[in-house]
Amino acid sequence: MKKPKTLLLIAIALCAAASFFTGGINPYYYDILITIGINIILAVSLNLVTGYTGQFSLGHAGFMAVGAYSSAWMTLTFGFVLGTSLPATGGVYLIALFGGGLAAAAAGLLVGVPSLRLRGDYLAIVTLGFSEIIKGVIQNAEPLGAQRGLGGMVQHTNFFWTYAVVALAIYGILTLVHSTYGSGFLAVRDDEIAAEAMGINTTKYKVLAFVIGAFLAGVAGGLYAHFKQFIHPEGFNFLKSVDIVVMVILGGMGSTAGVCLAAVILTILPEFLRTVSDYTWLPGPVRDLAENRMILYSLLLIILMLTRPQGLFGKMAFIRGKKS
Amino acid sequence: MSLLEVSNTTMQFGGLKCVNDLTFRMEENELVGLIGPNGAGKTTVFNLVTGVYRQTAGTIRFRGKSVTGHRPYKITGRGIARTFQNIRLFGSLSVFDNVRTACNMHLRHGISHALFRGRGFHAEEQEIENSVMELLEIFGLSELRDRPGNSLPYGDQRRLEIVRALATRPKLLLLDEPAAGMNSSEKARLMQLIRFTKDKFRLSILLVEHDMKVVMGICERIIVLDYGSKIAEGLPEEIRHNPQVIAAYLGKEAA
Repeated sequence: MKKPKTLLLIAIALCAAASFFTGGINPYYYDILITIGINIILAVSLNLVTGYTGQFSLGHAGFMAVGAYSSAWMTLTFGFVLGTSLPATGGVYLIALFGGGLAAAAAGLLVGVPSLRLRGDYLAIVTLGFSEIIKGVIQNAEPLGAQRGLGGMVQHTNFFWTYAVVALAIYGILTLVHSTYGSGFLAVRDDEIAAEAMGINTTKYKVLAFVIGAFLAGVAGGLYAHFKQFIHPEGFNFLKSVDIVVMVILGGMGSTAGVCLAAVILTILPEFLRTVSDYTWLPGPVRDLAENRMILYSLLLIILMLTRPQGLFGKMAFIRGKKS
Repeated sequence: MSLLEVSNTTMQFGGLKCVNDLTFRMEENELVGLIGPNGAGKTTVFNLVTGVYRQTAGTIRFRGKSVTGHRPYKITGRGIARTFQNIRLFGSLSVFDNVRTACNMHLRHGISHALFRGRGFHAEEQEIENSVMELLEIFGLSELRDRPGNSLPYGDQRRLEIVRALATRPKLLLLDEPAAGMNSSEKARLMQLIRFTKDKFRLSILLVEHDMKVVMGICERIIVLDYGSKIAEGLPEEIRHNPQVIAAYLGKEAA
């Protein structure tokens, strides 16, 4: 890919154009559309940490929570300081999105430090513990609504902002890992000792992966908070982290295109399964099974994992279109 | 000032002295062999020089400056590169990317450069690509540039490891048993390659090797370790007839 910046501008322009047509669509489909975008951001950012840098993290929902709560707190507190017009509150919203990302990045820095001493399962347990701590803190923080959750945010998140962030996230991660600078991430994943012997500061790259991954997850959290207009600590629990991990593994570790596709499929699939029991042409047992759609969902995941253990796209590179 | 000065260095793991009061020097543009029976401490010496371990006692100086307490990547930055006894390529990366990764430390620009991709970025990436391709060309690997590292035949993997180490532009190259697992014609080619590398890139090479034909054939000077201590040092001819060395390898009766 010779001109990634041009592609990014085209993608953002397409988002802007498409956002004119999203006004009329069914709110249910619109909700799914935005959720897909948010899940893509979460999945590609975790992919930088786990897929490209090889650091197994089970706490991505924790970073999302930090971003969601800090951006929501910012817009709730400072929402109208610039005035009540849409550009003024929208401006605060964008600053809050960025601020939420920064807060999450700071949390990522905190988690990145133990990652220097731990690897594999041990790191996964630490990141899991960290996200539970975040959840625990929020559950007890009265200004953040504690167990009641936090609501009242204005719905600023729309199709354009969501997919503009999607485009920026994909652009950032792809340009990074395909540059000589970013080859350090891949080297750390493949062989840490060899990477260090080739002059690569493995500490820097591991912490950097956590910080960038957390930043993007935080922005995704901000988008989520200002779309749903209500956030609750339980929305960022262990299961949410696992959902994101499944997207990365199913998409193929270190394949951004695969991970995007997996995020789309895994967001639509549970919603689609709701409708299966309405198809009268399907045999009775299948429809009965679909009544418990999460069982069918798990079965499909197992089948996908058995048939495509290397991920949906395998190790195919996104940019150059050839195996590397 | 010598290129590398190891003085009175000891490395102790619990009660085991892997390297015991070792002293040796290396000059610029010199090819030195480091030999000894299994477990003599040769690889430990490599790990000390490259900063993987920190010695219990003694000093190690490279170009006059102590390397003690520095992280391996910093020591590589000063000009010491190495290969590994059991090959450690970046298996999933292409041959090209394996070598390109080793150019990482010479980048003049940081992360913002990679993200925003100004004009300088493309110029620098092109420069790196050219130097990587030049290296691959020299070592006959340019045909394989897009193959994943771990899909190469064994001999090519060894060669790629040397190329990758050279991409860090070292002054001192440490080769850890490069001939392991090679047949005699491959070994002959490897000896040529090592000599060629030394002359072409004007660097010093410290070679750990078990194969005496290789060591005796190319090394200008040989250091012999046994149980962590230096038992002999000298020209290949002297080492070949040194009774202590023969005793270490074959037992007292043989000497």
